Amino acid sequence: MIFLFAGFAALLVASSLLVVLHRNPVTSALFLVLAFCSLGGIYLLLQAEFVALVQVIVYAGAIMVLFLFVIMYLNLRQDVERGVQTAIRRGLGWLVGAVLLAEAFALIAKRWQVGPVSGGPEMLEGNTQAIGRALYTRYLFPFEITSLLLLVAMIGVIVIAKGRGGTAAADDSAEEKP
Amino acid sequence: MSVRMPVLLPVDLWALGAVIALSVGLMVMLLLEWAPVRPGSPRGAILSLLTLAAAAGSVLYVRDVARSLFGGMFVHDGFTVFFTILFCAVAALAVLLSWDYARRTRIGQSEYYMLLLSATLGMILMAASNDLITIFLGLELMSLALYVLVGIRRARLESNEAALKYFLLGAFASGFLLYGIALLYGATGSTNLTRMAEFLAASPLQNNPLLIVGGLLLLTGFAFKIAAVPFHMWTPDAYEGAPTSVTAFMSAGAKAAGFAALLRVVLHALGGVHANWAPMLSAIAMLTMTVGNVTALLQINLKRMLAYSSIAHAGYLLVAVVAGGHEGASAALFYLAVYSVMNLGAFGVLTLLGRGQEERVTLSDVAGLGFRHPLLGVTLTVFMLSLGGIPPTAGFMAKVYLFGVALKAGWIPLVIVGVLNSVVSVFYYLRVTVAMYMEEPALEPVGISWAAPGVIALMVCLALTLWWGVQAHALLALALRSVQGLM
Amino acid sequence: MAALWNQPDVQVAVWALLKVGIILNGMLILVSYMIFAERKIAGHMQARTGPNRVGWFGFMQPWADVLKLFFKEEFIPAEANRVIFHIAPMLAVIPALVTFAVVPFGPGPALVGADVNVGLLVFLAMSSLGVYAITLGGWASNNKYALLGGLRSSAQMISYELAMGLSTIGVLMLAGSLSLVDIVHAQSKVAHVFGLPIPGWYVLYQPVAFVIFMITALAETNRAPFDLPEAEGELVAGFHTEYSSMKFGLFFLGEFMNVISISCIAVTLFLGGWNGPGPASLGLLWFALKLALLLFFFIWIRWTYPRLRYDQLMNLGWKVLLPLALANIVLTAIAIQWVSGAAG
Repeated sequence: MIFLFAGFAALLVASSLLVVLHRNPVTSALFLVLAFCSLGGIYLLLQAEFVALVQVIVYAGAIMVLFLFVIMYLNLRQDVERGVQTAIRRGLGWLVGAVLLAEAFALIAKRWQVGPVSGGPEMLEGNTQAIGRALYTRYLFPFEITSLLLLVAMIGVIVIAKGRGGTAAADDSAEEKP
Repeated sequence: MSVRMPVLLPVDLWALGAVIALSVGLMVMLLLEWAPVRPGSPRGAILSLLTLAAAAGSVLYVRDVARSLFGGMFVHDGFTVFFTILFCAVAALAVLLSWDYARRTRIGQSEYYMLLLSATLGMILMAASNDLITIFLGLELMSLALYVLVGIRRARLESNEAALKYFLLGAFASGFLLYGIALLYGATGSTNLTRMAEFLAASPLQNNPLLIVGGLLLLTGFAFKIAAVPFHMWTPDAYEGAPTSVTAFMSAGAKAAGFAALLRVVLHALGGVHANWAPMLSAIAMLTMTVGNVTALLQINLKRMLAYSSIAHAGYLLVAVVAGGHEGASAALFYLAVYSVMNLGAFGVLTLLGRGQEERVTLSDVAGLGFRHPLLGVTLTVFMLSLGGIPPTAGFMAKVYLFGVALKAGWIPLVIVGVLNSVVSVFYYLRVTVAMYMEEPALEPVGISWAAPGVIALMVCLALTLWWGVQAHALLALALRSVQGLM
Repeated sequence: MAALWNQPDVQVAVWALLKVGIILNGMLILVSYMIFAERKIAGHMQARTGPNRVGWFGFMQPWADVLKLFFKEEFIPAEANRVIFHIAPMLAVIPALVTFAVVPFGPGPALVGADVNVGLLVFLAMSSLGVYAITLGGWASNNKYALLGGLRSSAQMISYELAMGLSTIGVLMLAGSLSLVDIVHAQSKVAHVFGLPIPGWYVLYQPVAFVIFMITALAETNRAPFDLPEAEGELVAGFHTEYSSMKFGLFFLGEFMNVISISCIAVTLFLGGWNGPGPASLGLLWFALKLALLLFFFIWIRWTYPRLRYDQLMNLGWKVLLPLALANIVLTAIAIQWVSGAAG
C-alpha cells in the first residue's frame, strides 16, 4: 500500500511540476490530466472509490477536454516570453515560491493540529451510498444551492457567448466603431 | 446515523421564503421566455419587483422568530432579517433604476433581471448562513451573476475588460477563500461557525499554524470581495466598465453581503480570538481608507471616483468590524444601510445622464448640471454631502456613530485616521458639486433620460438619506436589535 | 517457491495477470474476427461476397491484415508533435481495455476481472478518457483535416457522454448499485405474467434508456451514422489521416475494442448479462450470444444508415436525447416511488 501511495504521490508531484514548467501548453494540459488521474489513484488508496472515479470523469474526462479544445482553437503552440520584464517576473516568481516553500516547511516543522473529525463515513455500505445519503440529508441545502449555482452559471455562459445576432447588437457595434 | 431527512415546520418555510421566492421567481422568468415579448417590455422588471416583494414579505412575516435550519446551514435571526430586507430593497431600487437604463442601452431584459435576482439570492444566503459551506456557495452565486452582469454589454470593450478583470481576480479570491475554508475545517473539524467558536474557546490559537493560515486565507478572500486594500485593484475597472445600474447594485449589495458574511465569521466564529485578528484588520482598514480617498482625488470619471470612494467606505466599515462587539456590529449594519441608500442614489443619478447608449459620466459632463436641471443637481449634491459625511445627512450620523463606537472600544489611532480621511474625502465629493454649479460644460450639455421608475427610486433614496440624517434612532435601534443573536 | 505461492498477495496478483492475459488475447482475436465479420456482412448486404481468398472462406484474412499492418512503412509528418503523435494511438486502446476489467462475463468471480463496487463509473470514466486519443491524434498530426476531425469528435463525444451517463441512471435506480455484478444479479428475477416467464432484464423496464444508450453508444464509438470525425468526403480520413502502419492499426483496434466494450456494458445493464434459461454454467454462452447480437446490430446499422449532418448530430444529442434521458429518470423515480408505496 505504501509503495502504491508513494508511486501515485510521486507521479502527482512530478506531473504537477511539469504542468507549470513545460513550455508547450498542450503538453502542460496533458500533464494536468495525468495529475488528476494520479490524484484519483490516491483517492482509491484512501478507499474513496466514488470520489476517485468522479475525479477522473469530471476533471480528466470533461473539464480538461474543454481546456484542450480552447488551447487548440487558440493555437497556442509555444509560449514565447522573452525580455527583461519576463525575466524579472520569473525571478520574482521563484523568489516568492521559495519563500512559500520555506514557510511551508517551517509550518510543518511545528505540529499541525487537526481538529476532531466529525461524522466519519459509515463503512457498512460503499461510500457511494454514504455520499448520496449525506448529500440528501445533512447537506441537502447546499446541494440545492449548488444546483441553482450551476443553473446561473449556465445561463451566464449563454448570455456571454450567444451570437451577436439581433438588431440591438448590430446597432451597438455600429455605434462603437467610428 | 444521526442525520435524517430535514423536517421543516411551516414557520421554517416562511423563514426560507426569500430563498424560495427568488429561486422560483428567476426560474419562472426563464420559463416565460417561451412567450417572448417585444424588446423593452417591462415584464422582467415587474416580475423582479414582485419576486423581491414576496421575498421580503415572507421574511418580515416571521421576523421575530429565531430558527436554525439544516443543521445551522441557514439561520433565521435578526441579522438575517435585516440583511434580507436590505438586499431586497437594494435589488428593488436597482430594478427601478435599470427599468429605463437597461432598455435604452439595449441590454437583454429577461436574463438581466434573472441574474440580478440570483445575485440577490446569493447575497441573502451569505448573510443567512452560519456555515462556511453555504457562505461560500452564496458568495459564488452572487459573484457568478455579477461577473456576467458586469460584462452584459458585450459590444462594449470596456465592459468586456471589466468583466474579465472582475472574473479573474474574483476567481482567485474564491480560491483563497475556499482554501482557507478547507484549512479551517481541518483545524477545527467543522465548517459550522458556532462549532468553530466552541472549538476555539477550548483550544488556544497560538499552537496551530493550520488555523492561522486558514484564517489569513479566509480574510484575504473576504478582503477581495469587499474591495479592501491591497485587494482592491479590480474595483475601479469593474465599476467603470459595468452598466451603471449594475454598478449601483453591486457597489451597495455586494459590499453589504461581503460584510454580512465577514461579520458572521469574525465576530461569531473568531470572536473569541478577537485580539489576534483585530490589529491586522485595523491596519487594512487604515490602508483602505487612505488609499481609497487619496486615489479618488485624482479621478475625473465619476464612476471611477465613486469606485474609489466605495473602497474608502469599506475602510470605514472595517473600523466598525475591528471595534467588534454588539456595538461595532450594529454600527456596521447602520452604516451599511445608509451607505447602500446614498451610494445607490449617487449611481442612480448617473444612470439618468446621457441619452440612448451614450455614457456621460465624467466630471465635465456634469458641469453646469445644477442650473439646467436644478432638481437633479440638488439630489446629487445631497448624496455627495452624505457620502462625505456632512450634516444633516444620513452619512454624517452613520460616521458619527461608527467612530463613536470605535473610540469607546479604544481604537484611537484608527479613529484619527478615519476622521482625517473623511476630511480628505469631502474635497472630491464637493468637487462634483462645484462642477455642477460653477463650471460651464466644455462639450454639448449632457442630455437627461427622464424615466418615472428611476425618479421614484431616486426619491426614495433621497428621502431616506435625509430622514436618517435627522431621525436616525429608529434605524439604530433596529441595527442593535438585529445583532443580538450574532454573538 | 511454495512459500511464495502461499502468500495471498502473490496469488491475487497471479490470478489477475492470468485474467488480464486471457482478456487481452481474447479481445484481440475477437476484434480481428469482428473486422472480418464486418467485411463479410457488408459484402453480403451489397450483394457481393467479401474477402474469400485467404484461407477457408477467407477465414485467415485478419491474420493477413495484421501482418500487412506490421510491415507497412511508418510515416511521421514533419512538424508533428512526435511524443503526442506516438501516445495518441495507445490512448485509443487503453481505456477500452480497462473497461473489460469490470465486465462480468459470467457468474462466479473467475469470470469477472474485478468486481468493484463502482464498476459502472469505471466504464463511464474510461469512455470519457477515450476522447483524448482522437483529439490528440488530430492535433499532433499538424494537419488541418486531422485537427478538424479531432475537434469534431471531441465535441461529439462530450455531447453524447451526457445522455449516455444519464440513460444509465434509470438502471442504477432499479438495481440500487453501481457494481455491474449486482446489476446483473438484480436482473435474474423472473416474473410470471399469465404463466409466461418474463425475464427481469432491464431492457423491458427501461426501454427508453436502452434506446438512448444504444444511440449514444454508436456516437461514442464514432460508428456510422455518427462517424463524422472521419467523414471521408469532407475530411479525407479525419483524425487518422496522417497515421500509418501499426499506429493506424491501434486506432482501428481501439474503435472496435470500444464497440465490443460498450456492447458488453449494454448486455450487462439492459440484457440481463449472463442470465438466461438453463444451468448457471451456460452463463458465459448466453453472454456471448447477446454480445454477438449487439455486435451484429452495430454492423447492421453502419451499412444501413447514411451519415448525419453535423448540426443534426448536435441537435439530436442536446435537444432530443438529453431531455429524453432526464424525463426517463424522473419517470423512473415516480414509478419506483409508486410501486414501493403500493407495496409498503
